[in-house]
Amino acid sequence: MNAIVKPTSDADWDVARVRRDFPILDQAVHGHPLAYLDNAATTQKPQSVIDAMDQYYRRDNANVHRGVHALAERATTDFEAARESVRRFINAASTREIVFVRGTTEAINLVASSFGQGLREGDEVILTAMEHHANIVPWQLLRERTGVVLRVLPITPAGELDLEALPGLFSAHTRLIALTHVSNALGTVNPVRQVVATAHERGVPVLLDGAQAMPHMRVDVQALDCDFYAFSGHKLFGPTGIGVLYGRETLLQAMPPYQGGGEMIRTVSFEKTTFAGLPHRFEAGTPDIAGAIGLGRAIEYLEKLDWGAAMAYENRLLEYATDRLRDIPGLRVIGEAQDKVALVSFVMDDVHPHDMGTILDHRGLAVRAGHHCAMPVMTFYQVPATSRASMAFYNTVEEIDRLAAALRHARELLA
Amino acid sequence: MSELNDLYQELILDHKRHPRNFRDMPDATRAVDGHNPLCGDQLRLFVRVVDGRVEDVSFIGVGCAISMASASMLTEAVRGQTVGEAQRLFADVHDLLTSDHPHTDPAELGNLGALAGVHEYPMRVKCATLSWHTLDTALTSDDDSVTTE
Ligand SMILES: Cc1ncc(COP(=O)(O)O)c(C=O)c1O
Repeated sequence: MNAIVKPTSDADWDVARVRRDFPILDQAVHGHPLAYLDNAATTQKPQSVIDAMDQYYRRDNANVHRGVHALAERATTDFEAARESVRRFINAASTREIVFVRGTTEAINLVASSFGQGLREGDEVILTAMEHHANIVPWQLLRERTGVVLRVLPITPAGELDLEALPGLFSAHTRLIALTHVSNALGTVNPVRQVVATAHERGVPVLLDGAQAMPHMRVDVQALDCDFYAFSGHKLFGPTGIGVLYGRETLLQAMPPYQGGGEMIRTVSFEKTTFAGLPHRFEAGTPDIAGAIGLGRAIEYLEKLDWGAAMAYENRLLEYATDRLRDIPGLRVIGEAQDKVALVSFVMDDVHPHDMGTILDHRGLAVRAGHHCAMPVMTFYQVPATSRASMAFYNTVEEIDRLAAALRHARELLA
Repeated sequence: MSELNDLYQELILDHKRHPRNFRDMPDATRAVDGHNPLCGDQLRLFVRVVDGRVEDVSFIGVGCAISMASASMLTEAVRGQTVGEAQRLFADVHDLLTSDHPHTDPAELGNLGALAGVHEYPMRVKCATLSWHTLDTALTSDDDSVTTE
């Protein structure tokens, strides 16, 4: 049982030791040590994940659920063990609730497509103004197919959900609310338990986009009481190409298949096909076996960490970065929620984020410049793009000092 | 860092800080929107072509230093040229920025030679070519917008 882990003390966090687990961090870029501050885009992988995938291809590679030979047996066992690791990590009630997908994007598309088949014209789905495009566009495609109505919960200037507006968005036709647990553009941690409670009082299920939450906190889907939870392996120190849709069993049970093909069937004839049980009904075709095994190993790595200490350490990084950046003339932080993960979005007068990205890169600092696939957020703040420094538990205070110095340099150069 | 100074040369910074011909043009014969979806650079280029000659050219928009400076330098270079000359200049600038073995000598392009450093930054080439593609569209087609995808 995972329950919710709270930050403790960062004194117990040995960042130098953790960094040694991530071989990629030890390199120079343009003659400077790499400071990887683009973790919201994708995270780096510990050696154990790289080894697990390497071993799989060297020793165990075979298709899953299809053979009786030794390799097929090993591949299937390891693949299903990874599913169990995911279940344990997010405290789902059963592995039947853990569907492997390509990532958060596919997880949400699966729900929009399959759960969406039960929706009719005039039914309503509530989203928020801080969603990633991955939690906007699938619903717009559904709207084109079925005529559902999308309603959008606004955000406040600080970058928090305007919760007072939430009750007014529900109607007798509301069928789902889909929102992000943590905003990738602003860093805001949303009070999702409160949203779930409000929705459930009205009998409305909740989908949480957990892409940005998973790497920063322990998530317990039963404690959150959410109905769907989507996340990506590559943002959780695992490989690309693999992700997870958690779905409450009673809901998944009632949903039609998403794609058709092998793996997801029980029997096929040209007259009638019967479908496999959960979760395989939603996993048509050969899955990303190596990816799932890599994700499972990433989770095993994460389970060994002291999360209280990691969270306290990340809070310190956030506070330090926010203070240092706010001191810089002409710099404006975008997203000042009370509760944030270690991520700072910002704009600087006279320095476009794209120039900023190039200048920082020259000092070995990897940050993201752009709209972060959240164009409605950019519109809300009336900026075309922002720069974003997003941290993980392996970043350091020294890296933030280097960032602050480089930002001052950028301003001197361009303003 | 010497390389960074190749990109952000003084001339480019001067055009970024003080863009030339940064204005609307009510009597333009063509106005075309250029958009770089990757970074959000957005500009509108105006030309007034009379008897096959670019009598006036101007732009408005928002973008990074490279895209703004490139557009500003474009307006200075192209004003007064024939349409044919402007098209040849577009071809030369494009060659200088995108080709691994450009046949164009930056020294022969005057101020525009300052853009040569962009070639070393593949992620930034589209910033520099946006205004030029927009110009090409204005001179050679009926489209009202162009994106660098
Ligand atoms: C909040 C959020 N949702 C969804 C996604 C999409 O994730 P993926 O591209 O891994 O499917 C991202 C990734 O950028 C994200 O930050």
